Amino acid sequence: MRDHGGADLFLWGILPYIVLVVVVGGLLWRYRYDRFGWTTRSSELYESRLLRIGSPLFHFGVLVVVVGHAVGLLVPEAWTRALGVSDTLYHVTALSLGLVAGVCTLAGIALLVWRRRTSGPVFSATTANDKAMYLVLVLAILTGLGMTVYFAGVEVAGGHSQDYRETVSPWFRSLWILSPDVAAMAAAEVPYRVHALMGLALFALLPFTRLVHMFSAPVGYLFRPYVLYRTRDAHAGGAGRAERAGRRGW
Amino acid sequence: MTTGERTGGRPVGRVMAQVAMVMNLDKCIGCHTCSVTCKQAWTNRSGVEYAWFNNVETRPGQGYPRTYQDQERWRGGWVRTPRGRLVPRAGGRLKRLATIFANPVMPSIHDYYEPWTYDYDTLLNAPLGDDFPVASPRSALTGEPMQVTWSANWDDDLGGGPELARHDPVVKKLGDKVRFSFEETFMFYLPRICEHCLNPSCVATCPSGALYKRAEDGIVLVDQDRCRGWRMCVTGCPYKKIYFNHKTGKAEKCTFCYPRVEVGMPTVCSETCVGRLRYLGVVLYDADRVGEAAAVEDERELYRAQLDVFLDPDDPAVRAAARRDGIPDRWVESASRSPVYALAKRFRVALPLHPEYRTLPMVWYVPPLSPVVDTLTSTGHDGEDAGNLFGAIDALRIPVEYLAELFTAGDTEPVRLVLRRLAAMRSHMRRINLGQERDGSIAEGVGMTGRDIEDMYRLLALAKYDERYVIPTAYGVDDSDRGVIDEIGCSLDFEGGPGMGGMGGVPFGEASGRPDAASVETFHALRDRQSGEEPAAGRGRVNLLNWDGNGRPAGLFPPRGGDHDTDGGGGPSRPV
Repeated sequence: MRDHGGADLFLWGILPYIVLVVVVGGLLWRYRYDRFGWTTRSSELYESRLLRIGSPLFHFGVLVVVVGHAVGLLVPEAWTRALGVSDTLYHVTALSLGLVAGVCTLAGIALLVWRRRTSGPVFSATTANDKAMYLVLVLAILTGLGMTVYFAGVEVAGGHSQDYRETVSPWFRSLWILSPDVAAMAAAEVPYRVHALMGLALFALLPFTRLVHMFSAPVGYLFRPYVLYRTRDAHAGGAGRAERAGRRGW
Repeated sequence: MTTGERTGGRPVGRVMAQVAMVMNLDKCIGCHTCSVTCKQAWTNRSGVEYAWFNNVETRPGQGYPRTYQDQERWRGGWVRTPRGRLVPRAGGRLKRLATIFANPVMPSIHDYYEPWTYDYDTLLNAPLGDDFPVASPRSALTGEPMQVTWSANWDDDLGGGPELARHDPVVKKLGDKVRFSFEETFMFYLPRICEHCLNPSCVATCPSGALYKRAEDGIVLVDQDRCRGWRMCVTGCPYKKIYFNHKTGKAEKCTFCYPRVEVGMPTVCSETCVGRLRYLGVVLYDADRVGEAAAVEDERELYRAQLDVFLDPDDPAVRAAARRDGIPDRWVESASRSPVYALAKRFRVALPLHPEYRTLPMVWYVPPLSPVVDTLTSTGHDGEDAGNLFGAIDALRIPVEYLAELFTAGDTEPVRLVLRRLAAMRSHMRRINLGQERDGSIAEGVGMTGRDIEDMYRLLALAKYDERYVIPTAYGVDDSDRGVIDEIGCSLDFEGGPGMGGMGGVPFGEASGRPDAASVETFHALRDRQSGEEPAAGRGRVNLLNWDGNGRPAGLFPPRGGDHDTDGGGGPSRPV
């Protein structure tokens, strides 16, 4: 393992675990003590014309982006090569898909932020928490998309860019076996590192902003009967009331 | 009445109980007292300023929210597929999830109305000047000055005239049959609450599983801790009786005043109805036949199919099945005295609202007969003669077709039968009141007996408080279960919590934290009422949930000089 500085060790060896603890702990805390605040806080009631375009654009875009990140970070090069996917084919596909999804996401959120600012009721329903969240979210998207565009440009121009599958991805995978490959990440180009930091910031915000709604994606709906019955006993005792102790949770 | 065919020769399936309501529209004077007291009790909070769990709309009219009955547009309720299955009209599970990021058929705030308040501060602080200060309207959403152009009952009493009333979806369906010229126009009032349906489409469209129907009493509720604000229920409910709280980001709806009903008290809207037109009672039904009844092919059969789902509580087979399914005997006893069952099934004068939505609604209506008697009398006829009345029903100002579109999916026969029965009741009772000989043919003409008609008359015209509201206390609130409610009541009383008058620490703005006011006060009311001798007092604010109907509610009026009891005269006392 190559020698690396203390800053690198903190950013890529310690910070990710702090963020992980914040995310997991934050979610547990929020679920136990603020289930009532766990909502999308939709503003569709106020304004729906722009929302109907912006929201699906953003959400479907971001879903593709999430899947793209998962594949890029979790699947080692050796596996895709073994499947017969050449590196060029992989990168062309990843860049083009990523570009389309990223542009959709950015266009979606731009429309949503603009709507939030210009539509009176939506603006007055925007909290400081929302604004901080939007800032980090937009920065994460911008750095990610900017990077994609830049590297795609370099490739098109015939140059050669660093392959994140040799730096960022091994580092990310190493985190999960509790042996962080700090050197790999320290060797990554600056745009990668900036984007990773924005990503960590976004993760840390998840439990404490409206973004928590992503963790209640209602997939269970697909597998349940349409009409639900509950007994009064279950409602009084089991539906959170008795579990909600008289403490704040810290 | 007959017992054998009640179950159609089939064994009784799973018996369930439902606390249901009937409203007698003949008595509704459109005073909105129910709406106001309901609002005072449940929705006087920010975020639900625009929400009226109970509203009274003038028919014909657009309703609230505007044109909610137009399901081609709002996609509420169920549809039957060609193969006989029921699917929510707005789409099944996959489609719901695919459109979760922006519900394409959700009404906007402007379809309800933009809530507002007034700039009262100007009245108090305006400097001395030549002009009288006025309190101008301010939007409750943005705080900006606004023009008030619509509200929950903007077209009350046909306000706005035919230009507005023509947009009534029912009127559009009927076309030329509905006239709006001054001489020929008509109107009546339709108070509406959540229907607490047997086959609720709001529950079916909730992706989070937060909406549920209570197994014991059939009340449909939203679990505020599980609701994630996906807004699908707003679309799913064809009556548009689920409201999105734009401050908390959660769905809210009529609760059937469950904290009151659980302890045997009528809902606030029923308690305060000046016309005494609401009836509450238990209906037993066969839960195994609900799906089948909701899916009958011909939508005009839905009314009869729903009647067939109701079980006769006096039938020994039903009683045995109810005991088998864990329904307490006092609930079955209550069901056999239920005014709702009597009006809907025994006398067949109550009808469901929009059965064609296939939700099997449980708030039923006795359609209005008036003003046919006055009209007949004014034309020189004997307004209470059975023959004259029957003949006049088809010439009613309120067209039978209009009523049929509301209550029987367009089938005029059941409506005509109801109106004939109501007319027969008038003729029959007049003979009695005038000391004339009973004329059995009047009752027979409408398929009833004189005895039935007199019972129906008692229920519709004389019924006292205890006959109109026959509500058993909830399972678990009985003496044997004393203590259960106390536990619930205490759970919010932690330091700084809502039970102690605060909202606790709310780190994520006002939308986060815990459910406030309504449920807290509710549980306090329950506890106070259980343990106190006197009417429960609110904590510095008026809360009609605590009011038992005796005297003046505490805090509603300024105290009189030297008057300490809140039970002062003047207020209506409960009939005994």
